[in-house]
Amino acid sequence: MTEAQVELLVVGAGPAGIAAACTAAESGVQVAVLDDNPDVGGQIWRGEKRSAPSSLAAPWLERAAKASGIQWLTGWAAVGPDGPHALLALPPGGGQLVRVAYQKLVLATGARELFLPVPGWTLPGVFGAGGLQALVKGGWSVAERRIVVAGSGPLLLAVAAYLQQTGADVVLVAEQAPWSKVSRYAMHLLLTQFAKFRQGVRLRRTVRSTPYRVGCWPVRILGREQVEAVIFSDGVRRFQESCDLLACGFGLVPNTELGELLGCQRAAGRLAVDRWQRCSVPHVYAAGEVCGIAGVECALVEGQIAGYHASGNLTAAGRLCRKRDRLRRFAGQLHQAFALRDELRSVPDPHTIVCRCEDVTLGQVREQMSWRAARLQQRCGMGLCQGRICGPALEFLFGWKDRSIRPPLFPVPLGALADEMSPKSDLPSSEKSPSASHSECSTRRLSP
Amino acid sequence: MTESRPGLDQGKESETVTIWVNGRMVRVPAGTVLASALLHLGILYTARSVSGQLRGPLCGMGICFECRATVNGQPLMRTCQLVCHEGLRVEIAQADQEAQA
Ligand SMILES: Cc1cc2nc3c(=O)[nH]c(=O)nc-3n(C[C@H](O)[C@H](O)[C@H](O)COP(=O)(O)OP(=O)(O)OC[C@H]3O[C@@H](n4cnc5c(N)ncnc54)[C@H](O)[C@@H]3O)c2cc1C
Ligand code: FES
Repeated sequence: MTEAQVELLVVGAGPAGIAAACTAAESGVQVAVLDDNPDVGGQIWRGEKRSAPSSLAAPWLERAAKASGIQWLTGWAAVGPDGPHALLALPPGGGQLVRVAYQKLVLATGARELFLPVPGWTLPGVFGAGGLQALVKGGWSVAERRIVVAGSGPLLLAVAAYLQQTGADVVLVAEQAPWSKVSRYAMHLLLTQFAKFRQGVRLRRTVRSTPYRVGCWPVRILGREQVEAVIFSDGVRRFQESCDLLACGFGLVPNTELGELLGCQRAAGRLAVDRWQRCSVPHVYAAGEVCGIAGVECALVEGQIAGYHASGNLTAAGRLCRKRDRLRRFAGQLHQAFALRDELRSVPDPHTIVCRCEDVTLGQVREQMSWRAARLQQRCGMGLCQGRICGPALEFLFGWKDRSIRPPLFPVPLGALADEMSPKSDLPSSEKSPSASHSECSTRRLSP
Repeated sequence: MTESRPGLDQGKESETVTIWVNGRMVRVPAGTVLASALLHLGILYTARSVSGQLRGPLCGMGICFECRATVNGQPLMRTCQLVCHEGLRVEIAQADQEAQA
């Protein structure tokens, strides 16, 4: 197996990873940054290279381009640890696994969207909110398409505004949180974070011709071969909205899996860190959304703290701690405002697919008493996504916590496996699929 | 290891690359994400689920695997995490793509 060695390895090239890499490299540390995405920038700055970068992104992207001693490995996925000081990484296009040894590690793996099962959510044309935005940033033109944006959180308005600017016809933004909470949050922003408030107002103006309805949520997605309409409920009445595409996300979930494989402690769904962004495992730091959803400014500050501390510059790291604490406190308000309502738990019916990889329905899952049973009996969460979509959904629906993360985090082609990662067990169950030619490829699946 | 530098390798927008979708030649702007290119071609679904349902990209960020396809002979590639390059070959799992395009 190919081997590489770095002083500091950063996983994730989003704002947190970029900030950590730059601060460390500028202190003379040799850094490698590894990101699964084809581009640098993470969730928020993806595709900024293609357009004009925002005022927040531009200086960082420039700094990243200038810093010497950073190796950017885009398109590389970290699939799991290999001993206490190395990760195994899968190169773009799926070549041979590379063992990357590090002295210190920064986990800046960010967050993904929370998807909740809604009858019809497996229809083509249903995307995550940030998911649709990413695909449009990737070059898909949705001009003149009628799009409904639904779910929860400030991301909805950002996505709606972005889509509208690219020429889409955003017909509705539907927020599940009630008006009382959303307005209290807006007031809080006005009083404490005026820049954020102004940004919100600007976004709302961009989509001013689109209704922004609060206190309503999707209860059924209609369509034959693809989405055609969405039925919403406000708890009393139902109404239907026709559309070509649905962008639907219910918030964000920290990507803690790699940290967990390394043995890092998790608390309240995120990686637990100390004042210096250190995890419970020595030489491992975490920064950004993986430590809890708190926005891009906080990700930048935490990345810098981790980068400075890892390169021994405690004074510089210490100077940023108060700012970080303040930003984290603000994030608490956000979680309260956009807390998910109980009614969302009764949206899926017994026939609604919960685990999309294995086509397991809510009815089938409900027969089981636990995640473990659902996994063993129905292969729920055992598919290609490794439960990253259904896991957080089942946690919300039943309070089940799926804590049996298995390496590799991503399916590894047979040819890429080295001795330590040799395939031991069965082929992916998608083998059952009549379509794909999976036979050339196997992933390792440890029994649960 | 291959390397890219942020901000430095911006392809010119006007450049295009040729890719092959189920054997059909298509030109797409350089830098286009493969999943986005397929959607642009009107291909809303790329995979079939284990019970045979049609599925298309969901998360756009490499998590759900619903955008999977065989790329340059390698199965299970997440098309949302790949950028189109000259000569790329993508095989979408099902045969009825013509109907979509
Ligand atoms: C879909 C989505 C859209 C968003 N859009 C907006 C927006 O429009 N406006 C806004 O203010 N905020 C947005 N956010 C919030 C935004 O994520 C944060 O504010 C900010 O990007 C957090 O930065 P980060 O560096 O912590 O994480 P991220 O930006 O999420 O970066 C983490 C990176 O780590 C990579 N990664 C994770 N695991 C691995 C692995 N095992 N191997 C290799 N690479 C890995 C990911 O591919 C990703 O690029 C969005 C979030 C999501 C999930
Ligand atoms: S769309 Fe989810 S992995 Fe590509």
